[in-house]
Amino acid sequence: MLTTKWNNLIRPDHVHGSVYTDPAIFGEELEKIWYGGWVYVGHESEVPNPNDYILKSIGPQPVIMARDKDGAINLLLNRCTHRGNQVCLIEKGNTRTFTCPYHGWAFSSAGHLRGFPFPSGYDGVDKLSLGLGRVARVDSYKGFVFGCFAPEGPTLAEHLGAAAEAIDRLVRTSPEGEVQITAGFLKHRSKANWKFILENETDGYHPQFVHASIFSTAKSGIGDLYSSTSAALTRYLGNGHSENDLRPEFRRIGKPLGWFGTTPEKLPDYVSRMKAAYGAETAEKIMIEGTPHTMIFPNLFIAEIQMFVLQALAVDETVQHVTALQFKGAPDLNRRMRQQTMGSVGPAGFLLADDTEMYERNQRGVQSLAPEWLFLGRGRHRERLDADGFMTGDVTDEVPSRGMWSHYRQLMETA
Amino acid sequence: MDEAALLAEVTRFIYREARFQDDHDYDSWEALWTDDAIYWIPANGEGENPDEEMSIVYDNRSRIALRIRQLHTGKRHSQTPRSNLRRLVSNIEILAVDGEEIRVTCNALVFESNLRGETLWASRNEFLLRRQGDELKMALKKVILANNHTALYTLSFLI
Repeated sequence: MLTTKWNNLIRPDHVHGSVYTDPAIFGEELEKIWYGGWVYVGHESEVPNPNDYILKSIGPQPVIMARDKDGAINLLLNRCTHRGNQVCLIEKGNTRTFTCPYHGWAFSSAGHLRGFPFPSGYDGVDKLSLGLGRVARVDSYKGFVFGCFAPEGPTLAEHLGAAAEAIDRLVRTSPEGEVQITAGFLKHRSKANWKFILENETDGYHPQFVHASIFSTAKSGIGDLYSSTSAALTRYLGNGHSENDLRPEFRRIGKPLGWFGTTPEKLPDYVSRMKAAYGAETAEKIMIEGTPHTMIFPNLFIAEIQMFVLQALAVDETVQHVTALQFKGAPDLNRRMRQQTMGSVGPAGFLLADDTEMYERNQRGVQSLAPEWLFLGRGRHRERLDADGFMTGDVTDEVPSRGMWSHYRQLMETA
Repeated sequence: MDEAALLAEVTRFIYREARFQDDHDYDSWEALWTDDAIYWIPANGEGENPDEEMSIVYDNRSRIALRIRQLHTGKRHSQTPRSNLRRLVSNIEILAVDGEEIRVTCNALVFESNLRGETLWASRNEFLLRRQGDELKMALKKVILANNHTALYTLSFLI
């Protein structure tokens, strides 16, 4: 039954418009993707000290990312086990206890019930059974914290698969091998289904059209990366993950920090720290190849200089949380990262205001009844397996979308 | 200049700035800025440290010019077609006068109608105005949106 249903919604080069608009499908996605698999939640550097916490989310559900007194990170649900009141109302801070304002129940930063007022009324009640709800599994990879509500299933390492390499590549942009998330997030709301946003992240076909206004006025080289003559590639990495691999084009150009639109002369401190950390040759290679442009399914987009976290709220409502990537031991690089990120993204960004305009027009467009299908066939005739066995296409081809939909279908067909 | 006359002059300036924004008169609006201008829309509060924290907008003079050039291309999709805007500006107060510089605060309520629908934007605005010759210019405009800690829709018109 399920197979027949999804046969009528997802085909090799087509998806049905209703996958973006049907509230029942969104409900199934919550169950099978957002609450059924691994989802990115936050970064360890956002809660550096014992008892630090920050409010995050998994889809529509708020999650408290809290470091307990022993240093472990817990993903707790913001719901008192007594009457369901919210126990945490301030966006971030440091606290040993989350005390429910309603009747004073107090929970530790590990989520355990420490006590309730007037305890004689709870004679014989087992406090251990009344800890806060929690995301069943929490794991992190090089500082990136993921949560999975399902107690069983693939491990985080299995879920990340080949996409883990993007995080490896990202952290070595730091001379100390660490990313830090410290600049706060811009939160950009859009009346659009989350999958339009996900697919756009590694769509190399749109930049020349959606972003012509800024590429032409800022004399940006980004547009050329996504031209029909660029050596850059798209690649499907499995498990829904995909990338625009810009390295072939950056290698061809061969300029250190060219990926960042700058030169070693302008960031001398960074360049010398990178050479000291990795040796001149490796440092040069890292600085030529740049950072990844990788979409980690379903919600973490590493976008070279910034990071987006997608939060699906409803079938037609999504928030993009975005911040500048910051690299430990790279203050001059970081300053420029923040400046460029602020210009590019968020509600007023030179780039993202227009991407987000497109998402909302997509959402309104697919309400029209015909044609029922979206066509995802670009580059089908020239896609090929690379040496590592990953499906690869030219940078403007729809290899990532096709791969994502085949994975999505697998998840949704599982009863 | 006496206080009432200064307040009247400042009010005229702020109303004119509001009109240029509502009317998408980009060049007239750009001409209001000093060379060392900062156009700032903080995120997540009042904006403590714009050098370290993400802001919705933190434009220096050259980035203001870039923003205007982008709007002029006609391919700034989020403003093609343009938002229809009407704003009310009130509660104008002069907070301090220091030589040629005047620090001003006011409230603004902007009604936006565009392809997505209708959106209200409420803010407290801070200005640092500077007298240059016969004119006032903006050296700083800081727009503190009342809901800047929440997820906001696209804001690509001039606020």
